[in-house]
Amino acid sequence: MDTKNIMIVGVGGQGSLLASKLLGSLLTDEGFDVKVSEVHGMSQRGGSVVTYVRFGDRVYSPVISEGEADVIVSFEKIEAARHLACLKKDGKIIVNTQEIDPMPVITGAAEYPSDIIDEIKSKGVFVDDIDALELAKQAGNAKSVNIVLMGRVAKYFDIPYEKWIAAIEKIVKPQFVEVNKKAFDLGYNV
Amino acid sequence: MLGNEAIARGLYEAGVKLVSSYPGTPSTEITEFAAKYDEIYCEWAPNEKVAAEVAFGASLRGIRSACAMKHVGLNVAADPLFTLSYTGVTGGMVLFVADDPAMHSSQNEQDSRHYAIAAKVPMLEPADSAEAKDFVKEAYRISEEYDTPVIIRMCTRIAHSQSSVELCGREELPLPEYEKNPQKYIMAPANAIKRHPFVEERTEKLTALGETSPLNRIEKGGDEIGIICSGTCYQYVKEVFGDSVSVLKLGIINPLPVDLIKNFASGVKKLYVIEELDPIIETHLNNIGVKCTGKEMFSILGEFNQNTIRRAFGIPVPDNSSTDNPVPVRPPVMCAGCPHRGLFYTLAKHKITALGDIGCYTLGSAAPLFALDSTLCMGASVSGLHGFNKAGGKESEKRTVCVIGDSTFMHSGITGLVNIAYNASNSTVIILDNSITGMTGHQQNPTTGYNIKGEPAAAVNLEKLCRSIGIERVRVVDPYNLKECEDAIIEELAVEAPSVIISRRPCMLLKYVKAKPPVTVNEDKCVGCKMCMKIGCPAISIKNKKAHIDFTQCVGCDVCTQMCKVNAIEKGER
Repeated sequence: MDTKNIMIVGVGGQGSLLASKLLGSLLTDEGFDVKVSEVHGMSQRGGSVVTYVRFGDRVYSPVISEGEADVIVSFEKIEAARHLACLKKDGKIIVNTQEIDPMPVITGAAEYPSDIIDEIKSKGVFVDDIDALELAKQAGNAKSVNIVLMGRVAKYFDIPYEKWIAAIEKIVKPQFVEVNKKAFDLGYNV
Repeated sequence: MLGNEAIARGLYEAGVKLVSSYPGTPSTEITEFAAKYDEIYCEWAPNEKVAAEVAFGASLRGIRSACAMKHVGLNVAADPLFTLSYTGVTGGMVLFVADDPAMHSSQNEQDSRHYAIAAKVPMLEPADSAEAKDFVKEAYRISEEYDTPVIIRMCTRIAHSQSSVELCGREELPLPEYEKNPQKYIMAPANAIKRHPFVEERTEKLTALGETSPLNRIEKGGDEIGIICSGTCYQYVKEVFGDSVSVLKLGIINPLPVDLIKNFASGVKKLYVIEELDPIIETHLNNIGVKCTGKEMFSILGEFNQNTIRRAFGIPVPDNSSTDNPVPVRPPVMCAGCPHRGLFYTLAKHKITALGDIGCYTLGSAAPLFALDSTLCMGASVSGLHGFNKAGGKESEKRTVCVIGDSTFMHSGITGLVNIAYNASNSTVIILDNSITGMTGHQQNPTTGYNIKGEPAAAVNLEKLCRSIGIERVRVVDPYNLKECEDAIIEELAVEAPSVIISRRPCMLLKYVKAKPPVTVNEDKCVGCKMCMKIGCPAISIKNKKAHIDFTQCVGCDVCTQMCKVNAIEKGER
């Protein structure tokens, strides 16, 4: 099997590390060679964050470069546009429609682009946009946005539903398992 | 397993009994994961020099020890390292140094390999987590067999990437009898003169090891192209070329082999060296008379990826899309409720020159606060302030401060403050005491009252410490109280004596810090003047010409409430 590439992009503090941990554990248990690459430290402080997940028979590079991502999961709207160059020509992009103003927008030095999803779609890119924050609130915890989006990711990969649920039970702290299973279902069934 | 976790596992399996480190991205998790093994004594030391010397002491007493740091940490630990090269070891000793090409979380892009060459110690470089673990065990073997400290070089993409690792058991090593050996360990000239030839002979033996060690391996793939590489670059090369080119993968990157490289070179028509940062391998090839292509094709700057290599070789990169309109940048920011914000606003408001240091508070240099004038290295704010004031005289003394975090002050701010007191400098030092090492992800330090395992520990009392150094004016302010900050800064700048202001409030992200209810904007009162925007809080934005506070981010610190001239920001209720 050719190596598959998933990129998780978002804003520091949104829980992308837990999402990549979930994917890493699931894919390893599925018998793939898996590499997950993340950046800790300064970028966690509300900055733009990127995590790479790669899996296949034999994975060499831990990073994904331009034109290589099969799926980009964007936890925030403009982050999808920022990392679009990494998407394969026929890749898919899942976008949480939540808007988080970056500092230049807060200070008035820049404007938050209003029609970014339409612009991406106009490039012929397959965009699956969902309001993951709303679904996370429905699940009972606004912080479960990450797992709602993993539910959505699950639709695009041929791994049984039960395996995903088992991975959630393995990775998530016991007291949050129920909320996160609910969040996963809401993302999965949109 | 994360590369850093694999290193920790390697430490466990190698029977290591002591790890002393100072946190630094991307090396921090090595020590955090090692601390999870009860068999390994682990600690946070105040700085890398202390940590390396603790590891030296443990080695002298006969156990296997380790010390982890980021690349710039090795600058601090360089002093013991250079002479440790002469003394060698009793128990194996390994230093882990994590480089940060592309400066994801660092102030420079230095290449640690220079240190291995300069200190004449062996350096190994793994290319994934499995190798990271295996190389640790080999490093201890080399350390003891060749009587030398060993450096394992990591980089961000190895330290912070996860790949699979096979676990083995732990090698239990008994504590040997202590034997005094002054000729080996007292590096006074008479002894050191005799140890230097040993170091040179050792380098020759290690070079011979590199010729045959399985850590340096040739992967045959035809005789057209040969590539010499190590670490992540090996992964990028394999990603692009698979088995279609011949590769010499180096695991021992100092000293570099000679015959192995010459043999590899003679078997290929065109030879390339692919290495991030400085041309270390390439220079070696030039020195031994092997022709290659390296930095004329690849940059010294930043990190590579598979497309870097494709482009250099004229291989098409995959098609992609991109947006036509630029997306606003998203730099890291100080969190909502960050205790540094109120103090930085006060500095910015009074246009005070502020020499900064290394930590979260470096973020105060960004818009809209622009509160800092310099950031050099750990501790440089305090010593630099003294020099700045000596140069600028009274005028400068009355409008210049430095800011340094609690952990950074412990690391190397204290000596700068001693200098201020000793040389009677009219300088105002502000210690930003957020009760934790923040930027690296919440490590305990000597001021917090807890050790690496979260157990209660002795806490340095900053007020008493500063007074005992000779600073008579020491005061504590709450940075959430803008008036208190302002009064303290104005008064201390005016006084002709050295002074310390401790701005004390724990990091908002600490689990024990409870958020207050979020504040809200009374839209009837808000006049849209944007005063509240001046503090650069990520929770505040303008919506429909009125201030808007994001309740999911706001922690009720009330700094914005104090900014509002029309009392439109109201305290929240539970």
